[in-house]
Amino acid sequence: MKQVNQVKLGAKFIADTPHRVSHDRCLWAARMRRDSVAQRIPEWEEMRSLASQIKMHTLSHLDSYLEMFEEKLKANGIHVHWALDAEGHNRIVLDIFQSHGVKVVTKGKSMLMDECDMRPFLAKHGIEVYEADLGERIQQLDDQRPSHIVMPAIHKLRGDVAKLFAEKLGSDPDIDDPSYLNSVMRKDMRQHYIHADAGMCGVNFGIAETGGIVVCTNEGNADISANVPPLFVASMGIEKLIPTQSDLALFIRLLSRSALGLDITQYTSHYHGPRKGQEMHLIIVDNGRTARLGSEYWQVLKCIRCGACMNTCPVFRRTSGLSYDAPYMGPIGIVLEPSYNLDRYARLPYSCTHCGSCGDVCPAKVPIPDLVFYWRDVVVKQGKDQLSHRIEEDGMELVLRSATNLSHAEKLGLWALRNLPQGLLNSSLNPWAKAHTNPEPPKETFRQYYARKYNGNTKK
Amino acid sequence: MKVGFFVPCYVDMLAPQAAISSFELLKRFDLDVEYIEQAACCGLPLTDMGYDHKACVLENNLTKWLSGYDYIVIPSGICTDQIRNHLVAVEQTPEVRHIRETTHDIVDFLHDVLQVKSLPWAKFPHKVALHNGCHSLRSLRQARPTELMIPDYSKPAALLELVDGLEVAYATRRDECCGFGGVFSIWDESCSSQQGLDKVSDYERNGLKYVTSADFSCLMHQQCIARKNGVDIKTYYIAEILNGDAV
Repeated sequence: MKQVNQVKLGAKFIADTPHRVSHDRCLWAARMRRDSVAQRIPEWEEMRSLASQIKMHTLSHLDSYLEMFEEKLKANGIHVHWALDAEGHNRIVLDIFQSHGVKVVTKGKSMLMDECDMRPFLAKHGIEVYEADLGERIQQLDDQRPSHIVMPAIHKLRGDVAKLFAEKLGSDPDIDDPSYLNSVMRKDMRQHYIHADAGMCGVNFGIAETGGIVVCTNEGNADISANVPPLFVASMGIEKLIPTQSDLALFIRLLSRSALGLDITQYTSHYHGPRKGQEMHLIIVDNGRTARLGSEYWQVLKCIRCGACMNTCPVFRRTSGLSYDAPYMGPIGIVLEPSYNLDRYARLPYSCTHCGSCGDVCPAKVPIPDLVFYWRDVVVKQGKDQLSHRIEEDGMELVLRSATNLSHAEKLGLWALRNLPQGLLNSSLNPWAKAHTNPEPPKETFRQYYARKYNGNTKK
Repeated sequence: MKVGFFVPCYVDMLAPQAAISSFELLKRFDLDVEYIEQAACCGLPLTDMGYDHKACVLENNLTKWLSGYDYIVIPSGICTDQIRNHLVAVEQTPEVRHIRETTHDIVDFLHDVLQVKSLPWAKFPHKVALHNGCHSLRSLRQARPTELMIPDYSKPAALLELVDGLEVAYATRRDECCGFGGVFSIWDESCSSQQGLDKVSDYERNGLKYVTSADFSCLMHQQCIARKNGVDIKTYYIAEILNGDAV
């Protein structure tokens, strides 16, 4: 299977200055807002520790909490389904829709449904799904994945949206005024909202104690999907469970502050059963999660999908989410995607400078920087590393294992820096020289300085 | 106090001045400092690439040479981080654990162990941008990363403030990664250099001409990018300033 080459895809975005600059600025602004709202909460770091502990507690007692959850859901009149994998999830959705004669669906944001590739599957069976989240709908119209988990079209400029709407919805391509573009979308989507046979959305938190689900959005896209049609289907990964309603308060305080630097999302909707005359289903999905739970990288399951790691990642901000060519992108993506498909995503863990910022912004303390090392190790041990890395590694190991070997290599390196013609040093054989000058070769190494000044006497 | 001075590979070859200033600075204090001539590399490039498990020979050699000291001091934040936190291919004997616990970057050693309160020989009457390398900042915790909502502190800034005439300043995005990342700068040259260019442009917008750091690798990356792009900055390894060698 062809490996996704994030470096190559990212380089294209980097070269597109207007898009790169806007993307970087928007996301850095989100990170700055996050810093300023978090700073106003004296117990912020305690909250992060507590969130991490609650998640670890829930994950290590997941079996009993899931059973409690199921029982309460049923008592609340919610139909419960269990899906082992993406295929099982999609099949359950299709069965529900076919038995209700559903043709048109409106859907709030759900990373899980993207992970399951649900939309194309339903389309094949003649069911049309309309995304109710503006950014997600823009991406759907453009036939692209979301480029960020909470800001799906953040890599686009207003002009791109104007052009896209003109092409797909017949609006004026020269007007990129946001209120005009919003009105175009509103007019288009209203007909679908009114005629939808069913609504869908993802889940931010499932509460074991009460048997309810909570969905946080800024546009009410979950609410319109849940509240208008006669049939409502939600999907959640098993790791989204928290024990109690009071635990929820902590996570709600952390989520939007981390994601966008807002005190709270515009809508925090609690669903504890169907409306009168409505039918409500919840599909609880594993899709690889229990395998992660039993592994060394189980802490990845603490993720609450806020996107703070993406906003702070210096690589993500300059290369955009599409360059990861995966449902999950950025720091959490590079440690999550290899567990779905190591062949395809073996290169992703290398798209990281090891700056560590993602680990420090994460509201649930997912140790992303450690997991990056973990995955590089796995990639190598499974033999999925690149040949060029293997050659570099062999050479380096030999040179670096002793001072004698190193000093020979140093002499060679410095000789080259001093004596090779600039044309060769700056040629395409040296990727460093594309954007850097070569370092100035010093007159002597420390080793030589020491021998000269201290006469080889190692004592002071 | 017996102190072993370890000069990592890239510092020896490309930044001997960083090691010279650090060594001479250490010798100003009443210490038994010994340069560990045999030690070559901390093994970071191997860990970085995922070949941690193949670093056995290297780490065995290294720990043999680093043994027998009260402290090991290294003029490089990233290499210190490697030894403290990633020296795991080798068996974790009490000796190895001692090495990992007592290895310090020069900044940590001056600030935490020697608790230096004055540097009468050091003078640098300029505004200097302090760049905290990511490993020094977020692994060694030499300063508060802006992500963390804890009381503010900065060990390198505290030391620099002892230098006569020096004013510590920062880039607007004060602790955003400059993109060096070791082998990352070769694997992902386009992203690495864009990050570096953004960093040096940040200094330029703020009128900052002098840049210092406890990580020479970041400085080398920034200096070479600045030179290529005509941005006028001059970089100094932190010990060059603290020892009064920067002019």
